Amino acid sequence: MSENIMQNQLISEFEEIQNNLNGKKQDVFNQSRIKAIEAFGNLSFPTKKDEEWKYSDVKKLVNATYNFHPKSEITHSDLESFELPDLEGIILYFVNGIYHPELSNVSDKDGRIKISTLQEAINDVNPLLTEHYGKYLKSETDAFTAMNSALANDGILVEIPDNVTLEQPIILRMINDTRKENVGSIIRNLIVVGQNAEVKIAEAYRSFGEESGFVNAATEVYVGKDARVDYYKVQNDNDVSYHVGTTQVYLADNSYFYSATITLNGGFVRNNLNLVLDGEHIESHMYGLYIPNKKQHIDNHTVVDHCKPNSVSNELYKGILMDNSTGVFNGKIFVRQIAQKTNAYQNCRNVIISDKASMNTKPQLEIWADDVKCSHGTTTGQLNDEAIFYMQSRGIPKKEAVKLQLLAFASDVVSQIKIDTLRDYLEELVKIKLDEIN
Amino acid sequence: MLKISNLHAKIDDKEILRGINLEIKAGEVHAIMGPNGSGKSTLASVLAGREDYEITAGSVEFLGKDLLELAPEERAAEGIFLAFQYPVEIPGVTTVNFLKTAMNQIRKYKGESPIDAANFLKIMKEKSKLVKIDDQLLKRSLNEGFSGGEKKRNEIFQMAMLEPTLGILDETDSGLDIDALRIVSDGVNQLRSADRSFIVVTHYQRLLDYIVPDFVHVLYKGRIVKSGTKELALELEEKGYDWIKAEADAAEALA
Ligand SMILES: Nc1ncnc2c1ncn2[C@@H]1O[C@H](COP(=O)(O)OP(=O)(O)OP(=O)(O)O)[C@@H](O)[C@H]1O
Ligand SMILES: [Mg+2]
Repeated sequence: MSENIMQNQLISEFEEIQNNLNGKKQDVFNQSRIKAIEAFGNLSFPTKKDEEWKYSDVKKLVNATYNFHPKSEITHSDLESFELPDLEGIILYFVNGIYHPELSNVSDKDGRIKISTLQEAINDVNPLLTEHYGKYLKSETDAFTAMNSALANDGILVEIPDNVTLEQPIILRMINDTRKENVGSIIRNLIVVGQNAEVKIAEAYRSFGEESGFVNAATEVYVGKDARVDYYKVQNDNDVSYHVGTTQVYLADNSYFYSATITLNGGFVRNNLNLVLDGEHIESHMYGLYIPNKKQHIDNHTVVDHCKPNSVSNELYKGILMDNSTGVFNGKIFVRQIAQKTNAYQNCRNVIISDKASMNTKPQLEIWADDVKCSHGTTTGQLNDEAIFYMQSRGIPKKEAVKLQLLAFASDVVSQIKIDTLRDYLEELVKIKLDEIN
Repeated sequence: MLKISNLHAKIDDKEILRGINLEIKAGEVHAIMGPNGSGKSTLASVLAGREDYEITAGSVEFLGKDLLELAPEERAAEGIFLAFQYPVEIPGVTTVNFLKTAMNQIRKYKGESPIDAANFLKIMKEKSKLVKIDDQLLKRSLNEGFSGGEKKRNEIFQMAMLEPTLGILDETDSGLDIDALRIVSDGVNQLRSADRSFIVVTHYQRLLDYIVPDFVHVLYKGRIVKSGTKELALELEEKGYDWIKAEADAAEALA
């Protein structure tokens, strides 16, 4: 027996579900879940003694009680209160981890792409489940991943066939309805992008209510030869929320992958973004922006694994830390011995605007090849007072000058976003968040 | 317009301004000269409201208001403009955007509505011609990677845009080539008017051939030790500062 509340609760809930499965118990997919729950039972949630979790303590989280199967009565008009931008695209709503078709808009589904929820895929025995699901992100990796593999409530499986370009973005809106109680959602996505296919996809997280929400999210992305993927993760949860998420990306020859991870708000956030560059001439970009305030904690861990020669990886994460907030950036770059002519760049820049905020940055480069270009840098600084005085001397009040400077700092990340409405919306959200500067 | 009385300012216990007295009337141009480190930029910064300095005595009155009570942005809105000796680079903010923000903040302070885009563009076109500044430059991040001369020209362009009542030019001439010096001076001269005054800090008499001052002051060890008309600048050019320093040091020894 494990000594935390969450693990005990989830394992006994799993048994209950299994007892009600009857004939479905022997399904291949269910067997994989049984293996995952076994792994989950044998693993412990990380503690601060684990090197990878040194600065991110989940003790409170795993000893809190969450309802992992709550019903939500969220309506269209509730959604309107969010004032979300009018994004054109395939918009799928998940509330408390469960797909809500009545809120979603999949009318643009033009038949070329295959999109289904995890629950549908399980019922239909979708072949993606056997071909790709769990192939890139292994259950045994850690307790959160095992938990996700065993217990995911829902999520989507998308397949973009070879040579198909999907113009409209796919937007996953993940809402935790925490108006009544602590809510836990376990979300699992799989995105398979075929040869020379192209897609833009966004995961947007948002709390609705004052109680604590916990999201355990995992997304696997397979990017085929010559394929192009833009991937966004936007987080805007409440101050008492928890998010632990992993995005695992597999890249084949000549593919292109761009990601932006933008954390506007959240009590405790841990994002793992892992890229496996298993091909040549791959171009990959990882951008990040985090703006914690109050006592928020935001931790980004990234891994780029250069397995083959001639690929490029580029990474820029930026943080603005206010109040008593804390941030973590850990960026690993592996360049295998055969991965000659690799170009790998990593940069993490932070501005700390409060004496009580702090940032831990750790670049980790492990390079076994000799003919490579790699660079990394981290900076953590304060506001530029000279620049602020300069702006004031032109009539711009100090608070506005600070905001202008920080917006400019953030724009290196935000301006990269290629979905126009999303970019404009995020610019607005960044401004709103910066208004909270004291 | 501006009345500085017995102004003392220090930084880290070092007294830099030690009793400045200066009165500037509407429409006048005052040149301030003086050896390196005498306090010229400090005086300019104190007028603009830089907070690093502690004012230990004296007063500054600007258009009937106690200037020292105002925040830097309020001073700007009241009509003070400082062209920096070393303009600051502001990555990620274009000159255009910066000026629009500044202009609208000043308008807000005065209770006016924001300027409309077309009007702003029109003024910008007009003023950029005045100092012959390249449009492309204005679309770049403010001062970032600008050459020394481009930065100075941009300062004067900003001044033209914001139309201050008192323009303070801190060594705007240094770093300018001969043509640029003429262009910038022409720009300033076109801004001269009966209700606009200037303080021109410079080391070189040459600038004063273009921007002809009504008065010339010499600042030394934080005090104005000599004042005169434009002929004083010529005399300084010829004789240097030693004679003034000697006079001032002797006077201080007696005091
Ligand atoms: N922030 C500061 N900290 C410490 N000393 C300062 C500071 N600012 C100015 N000083 C000192 O005050 C004195 C006056 O400096 P200031 O820049 O006003 O001189 P200046 O007359 O403009 O000189 P220059 O002709 O070289 O531009 C100098 O000795 C300078 O080192
Ligand atoms: Mg100076």
